[in-house]
Amino acid sequence: MRTDQVYMADSVKLLNQLADRISYLIDIKGNSEWANVGGLLGRIQGLHHSLFEIKEADLFEEIDRIEDRVSFLEDRVAEKLSPAEIVNIVRNPQRFTLMDILENVYDSYTELGGEGDCNIDPAIVVARATISRRVKNKLYSHQVMVIGHEKGRGEEYRNGGCARPWGNDKALRYMRVAETEGIPIHFYIFTPGAYPIEDYPGAAQQIARNLYVMAKLRVPMVSFISEGGSGGAEAIGVSGLRLMGSRAYYSVISPEGAAAIEGKIREGERVPRELVEHCAAQLKITAEDSLKLGTVDRIIEEPPLGARRDDYAFFRRLRYEMLRATDEIVLKTKNFRAFRAYALKRRIEEGKEVPEDFELLIGWDLTDLEIERLLEFRFKKYMELGKGYFLENRTFLTKGIRKTKNFASKTYYDLRYGLLRPHRRNVQKVIEEVSSEGSVFLRKVTEPVRAAYDFVFPQPERPSKVVRSEGPERRSIFAEEWESYVSPLANEDCTVTCPNASKYGCLDLWVPDLYGEFCGVCPNCGHHFPLEYQWYLENLFDKNSVHEFNDHIASCNPLCFQGYNARLKKDIKRTDRNSSMITFDARVCGIRLVVAMLFSNFRGGTVGVAEGEKFVRACDVAGTTRRPLLAYIHSTGGIRIHEGTLGVVQMPKCTLAVREYNDNGGLYIVVYDNNSYAGPVASFLGCSLYQFGMRSSRIGFAGPRVIRETTGRDVPPDYHSAKNALRRGHIQGIWDRREFKKNLHDALMTLGGPNLYYR
Amino acid sequence: MAQTSITDEPLEKLMDINLNDLLRRYRSHPFKDYPIETPHTGMVSFKVKEGQVVKGPGGEWLHRPGTLLYIIEREGNTKRVTALWNGKVSGIRLDLEGRFVEAGELLLFIRHQLDKEEIIDRILTQVLYILPAPQRARYFLAPEISIKMEKRPEGSVSVESGDEVLIMSLMKRDTVISYKGVPGALYKVYFKSGAAVEQGSPLLGICPPDKLQYVQKVIQRIRTEWEK
Repeated sequence: MRTDQVYMADSVKLLNQLADRISYLIDIKGNSEWANVGGLLGRIQGLHHSLFEIKEADLFEEIDRIEDRVSFLEDRVAEKLSPAEIVNIVRNPQRFTLMDILENVYDSYTELGGEGDCNIDPAIVVARATISRRVKNKLYSHQVMVIGHEKGRGEEYRNGGCARPWGNDKALRYMRVAETEGIPIHFYIFTPGAYPIEDYPGAAQQIARNLYVMAKLRVPMVSFISEGGSGGAEAIGVSGLRLMGSRAYYSVISPEGAAAIEGKIREGERVPRELVEHCAAQLKITAEDSLKLGTVDRIIEEPPLGARRDDYAFFRRLRYEMLRATDEIVLKTKNFRAFRAYALKRRIEEGKEVPEDFELLIGWDLTDLEIERLLEFRFKKYMELGKGYFLENRTFLTKGIRKTKNFASKTYYDLRYGLLRPHRRNVQKVIEEVSSEGSVFLRKVTEPVRAAYDFVFPQPERPSKVVRSEGPERRSIFAEEWESYVSPLANEDCTVTCPNASKYGCLDLWVPDLYGEFCGVCPNCGHHFPLEYQWYLENLFDKNSVHEFNDHIASCNPLCFQGYNARLKKDIKRTDRNSSMITFDARVCGIRLVVAMLFSNFRGGTVGVAEGEKFVRACDVAGTTRRPLLAYIHSTGGIRIHEGTLGVVQMPKCTLAVREYNDNGGLYIVVYDNNSYAGPVASFLGCSLYQFGMRSSRIGFAGPRVIRETTGRDVPPDYHSAKNALRRGHIQGIWDRREFKKNLHDALMTLGGPNLYYR
Repeated sequence: MAQTSITDEPLEKLMDINLNDLLRRYRSHPFKDYPIETPHTGMVSFKVKEGQVVKGPGGEWLHRPGTLLYIIEREGNTKRVTALWNGKVSGIRLDLEGRFVEAGELLLFIRHQLDKEEIIDRILTQVLYILPAPQRARYFLAPEISIKMEKRPEGSVSVESGDEVLIMSLMKRDTVISYKGVPGALYKVYFKSGAAVEQGSPLLGICPPDKLQYVQKVIQRIRTEWEK
């Protein structure tokens, strides 16, 4: 017989559970008006208050009625979840977090690099964990390194899973530990984005460093995405297999951020909900969309309304999938095809039960050869990302010609630099060694004879040996520039005021002087006025040395983002270019190099699939021809939001290409001009070992407005200045535009050494 | 350490100041009129009206410009001139609207209402014996004075002619500065220890002992009674 206490406890528990379920529904729908769920919650609160006044039978009958209604409503919501509702599910405090995963998916774990709030960055949790599997009734365990974001359950110190730069640095440190120990890494991504501050090591620069290291990390890596917020997600997201929860989202920007940009909402104003929902749908952020786009490899099925903290069935599935994914990465590197095919066959389909045990035990140790294969697979996988989501305006015939040309040049350069040069170097080395020893002996014998010969037949002085570069030209720069190219900005007959006039007392400048003779630089304070990218094409490189390639690659609208086609067309017409990146061969004071240039006129210099592909191909060309690679960033506004996660994956893709190029001995230099922000700086630009900024340029992760809105802190007006970037150690120097050519030539000569490339 | 001293000033000037007169003057006219003149020639277009309240630069780093006062255009260059102080526009020369003006032409005044602290500062600068910075350098209080200042309340540390009051640090060379002037209480320190101070900027304010109580009383009155 039910006692009063038991009855009380049961009913209160049931009512609380129901209240939780209803609150969850309200959170998902974003309002309590929908289907009168608010009313249901009111009924539960009423029952709470009158618990002792209602008969037991009546109470349970009422609870059953409410439960039926809640279940019906849950089914209705789950039937068609909009992307904005999925975002609400992911952000709900009832959703599982990394600590739940560590407790339920892994057998045991030890947190590294801090604990709770006593931590370098509590938003990033790192743990050495054990994960086990049962094979033929025997338990086997594996050691793994778990790295992920912890959103916490309302703890402020977790910062909502927004990793600070030093948090990402911590993650990187333990990635290296895993590499030393040879254990796989499981990444769990639960972040709305990285915390946008520039304090050392700097948000963008640290993400770039992480990507650069992860590109060649010699261990298997699997990542699981629950909330993948752009660059913050990529900081711990490079992996052999990317899994994603079925109720997770992966996006280039938060839907609110996208709505604020799309709707041109002013700072402090509220973004309309409809616009946020519209943007969430346009950005294609759901798991299904990501799988279709190829930005994730597999979806892990969650309960219809998303997994919560107590969904143990989901944790079981996650454990199985993480084990299988790691197996898969490991097995791909093995040579036994039949064994691989057998082992890789997944026994579960979506919705089916997770098997109790595994048929095989697969060890996760890799040999050196297998590690090489692992890195190769990773590289190939990332190079394939976004393929087919840009236009190639080229006929079949020209494609064929191009391919043949590429093959021929590859063979030529392979022969020249890959075969002949090392051979020549070796021969030279032997000759040098022999001659240096022999010459001492020979000199003693031949010296008197040679002296007598020289005296009788004096030789004319030989010209010095021709050096590879001729050095900067000594002719008047002004005359040369004036004759070859004059900025159209100089055509206006008016004056402008230097922004530093009040500080340094700069006089007004006559525009034709400023943009002609002064190269857009204030002669008093040195402020650099922005100049169009054509000026650099004409003035930085040797005359007629610029030969563009891959200009047929064009941006398109892969997500069918509403209104984007028209904007794209407008920019193509205005700039007469197909994307915001120009790639070309050029010469600087005689030195041949490959250049990738991002310019501002085309969609603000943002990077999409086409730009990423062009950059990767430029790396490839520079690698094949053994030339230095210069990334000149006229301006970039980040990753193009209209291309969604396809844009985001260009970050790791391009970084992997740069890493490959650098590891083969290439010299990669980045020069920032005007404004360079966000994704590109946090990946393939920020990872460069040699970065320089032009005077008056701004370099950073997020602009002042985003920083204010995210951190609630205002930043000084010079927060992103090149000087501060230099002070923080993000760049290696500040260059003056008037001496750009000389500085670049010097950098190529000093950083590249006598061979300019290929150590 | 090298030694130097600061030249004396006539005592009479200081003693002649009547604090009540000063206070009365500020009560009747608690404003400071800042003249706004054209920086160069050009066509003027006003953006404010007579009596309009304007704001000076804002933000933590004063990086947000103040209210736009007028636009002056010369050779196709439109220059926006903004207010550098809070206040009200007065004496605006609307007759110059749309006309060509010479450099240095007075366009308007910004009547800035002085607040309590500003008035106290102004009174103190007139009443106190001010010790200016002999040159641009970093300054520190002499250790004895510094210790005394930490322990005793404001205005109770006295200095006499010949006392070592400051250390001037310039190019890694420390020079002791001796006080030479009217003996009195060290009433105000105008600089932050170790900060660079421009030449001529006030360093210390010394109050003659006979005026000390009176000054304290007046300041107290301003702090409690002044409306704004």
